[in-house]
Amino acid sequence: MRCGGLFLESNMNAPNPAFLSVNNIEVIYNHVILVLKGVSLSVQEGSIVALLGGNGAGKTTTLRAVSNLLQGERGEVTKGSVEYRGERVEAMTPADLVKRGVVQVMEGRHCFGHLTIEENLRTGAYTRTDGKAAVEETLEKVYNYFPRLKTRRTSQAAYTSGGEQQMCAIGRAIMAKPKLVLLDEPSMGLAPLIVEEVFEIVKDLNTKEKVSFLLAEQNTMVALRYADFGYIMENGRIVMEGAASELSSNEDVKEFYLGLSGEGRKSFRDIKHYRRRKRWLS
Amino acid sequence: MGFFIETMLGGLMTGMLYALVALGFVLIFKASGVFNFAQGAMVLVAALAMARFSEWSNAALGGDSLFLANVIGIIGAGAVMFLVAWAVERFVLRKLVNQEGATLLMVTLGIAYVLEGLGQTFFGSEIYSINVGMPKDPVIMFEGLIEGGVMINKEDFIAAALAAVLVGGLTLFFQKTAIGRALRAVADDHQAAQSVGIPLNKTWVIVWCVAGLVALVAGIIWGSKMGVQFSLVTVALRALPVVILGGLTSVPGAIVGGLIIGVGEKLSEVYLGPFVGGGIEIWFAYVMALIVLLFRPQGLFGEKIINRV
Repeated sequence: MRCGGLFLESNMNAPNPAFLSVNNIEVIYNHVILVLKGVSLSVQEGSIVALLGGNGAGKTTTLRAVSNLLQGERGEVTKGSVEYRGERVEAMTPADLVKRGVVQVMEGRHCFGHLTIEENLRTGAYTRTDGKAAVEETLEKVYNYFPRLKTRRTSQAAYTSGGEQQMCAIGRAIMAKPKLVLLDEPSMGLAPLIVEEVFEIVKDLNTKEKVSFLLAEQNTMVALRYADFGYIMENGRIVMEGAASELSSNEDVKEFYLGLSGEGRKSFRDIKHYRRRKRWLS
Repeated sequence: MGFFIETMLGGLMTGMLYALVALGFVLIFKASGVFNFAQGAMVLVAALAMARFSEWSNAALGGDSLFLANVIGIIGAGAVMFLVAWAVERFVLRKLVNQEGATLLMVTLGIAYVLEGLGQTFFGSEIYSINVGMPKDPVIMFEGLIEGGVMINKEDFIAAALAAVLVGGLTLFFQKTAIGRALRAVADDHQAAQSVGIPLNKTWVIVWCVAGLVALVAGIIWGSKMGVQFSLVTVALRALPVVILGGLTSVPGAIVGGLIIGVGEKLSEVYLGPFVGGGIEIWFAYVMALIVLLFRPQGLFGEKIINRV
């Protein structure tokens, strides 16, 4: 059994089932397109796990398989199983999962454009049944984590900036009081400074609110800096896994995903030169 | 002067009735992003069910209590509308999550034909009447202000009041309640709504039910005015320019749009008609809608179409 996280040894003999475990799943879109070819991973409670890889590697599909949002994309888990706290996820609706504390923040933010920021946040509490006061309390908490949202609370989400929308989407997920947030590509289209800001808040939520994160990212360098454990995907398979610190010092990862090699950073001029010679002189 | 006001009031009352049908369009569009061409068919089915159920129960009760028969009629028709909402969700919308607006629009065209056919199969295709005991006699108002006073149909007056109450209630529902907010969220983004745990199936049944009830009210009022018959479907066509004028996403817009078109129709018929040979009433609404589309594609009160790259 693959077992991720820093708590590997301590949890090995624990009798309670893993927090989230994905066991050898296969996903097919439109009945013909095989996207995931046997993916297994696990998330320990309280950790941040990064799922890395390029375009089309299957990161988003993996997250959707966990949150059961594949249906809308005509996808289907055909083999393997996804278990959250020992319960099979397949038979649950996305709403059931949100009630149990698994919320996905989709790639590309997906705020409700015509609703104000505050209304967006409030929709996040839709499944909660613990009363108005508790929801207000969470709303205040979200505003504390994201002070920017408080200043924009009455503007329509579609008119806010990309960073604010990403914060809104994460805040909306937090409103459901989640245990596990599936965060898809939070750095997409954001300026580096804003990316850092978003990741800082994610880390903060992780340590203070004990929210676990499964994070799909292309921005390998930033993701590994904040994550505890990482999986690298390619072509619908997991090709490498390890503690984040190990991965970021691994030579292959450096070469392929960070653009670094053993001899330090390759100069862009060298690469160009090499290409030019190959094309014109040989 | 008295005649002008009378014409205008007449227009306002018809406008209110257009608005009732338009409201059904707006509701479904607001809550699911679907332009529902079947709204006219829903009005027809609701009115048919109401007319037939009250007729049958009246016969069963021996014609003693018209009131009781009408109550049974309304409950029966309400049940039918619920059934329609459930079936539409179960057999049509559930398969079409996250599809293009155009696909969903074509589907509602199909639903319209099915409803028209089934409605007439079950309830018959004759002309029926609905009698909910609306007072038919006109009253004279403002006698002190204007010479001769203004004649108003009591029936129209009650209908307008009913429509106003419905609109007020629905506006509050959409803006203030958690379910209303969830419905607006679904309209914006199906998948995001799913991801925060809003169950699409349930919200769609709710909103089609509400639209069904609005159709029932519209059906009862139109039906008691001009009888229940197939031509009720065309009422929906008259409501089309109303929603375009008022804005597809605005509940108050449906009302204001209805009033503008109602009044515009009547006044133009009376005052401009003689110059062009009459018949303005039929096309006036469409021309108004066209002009509005040229300058404000989202309608007078519609949400601005936001495109951010």
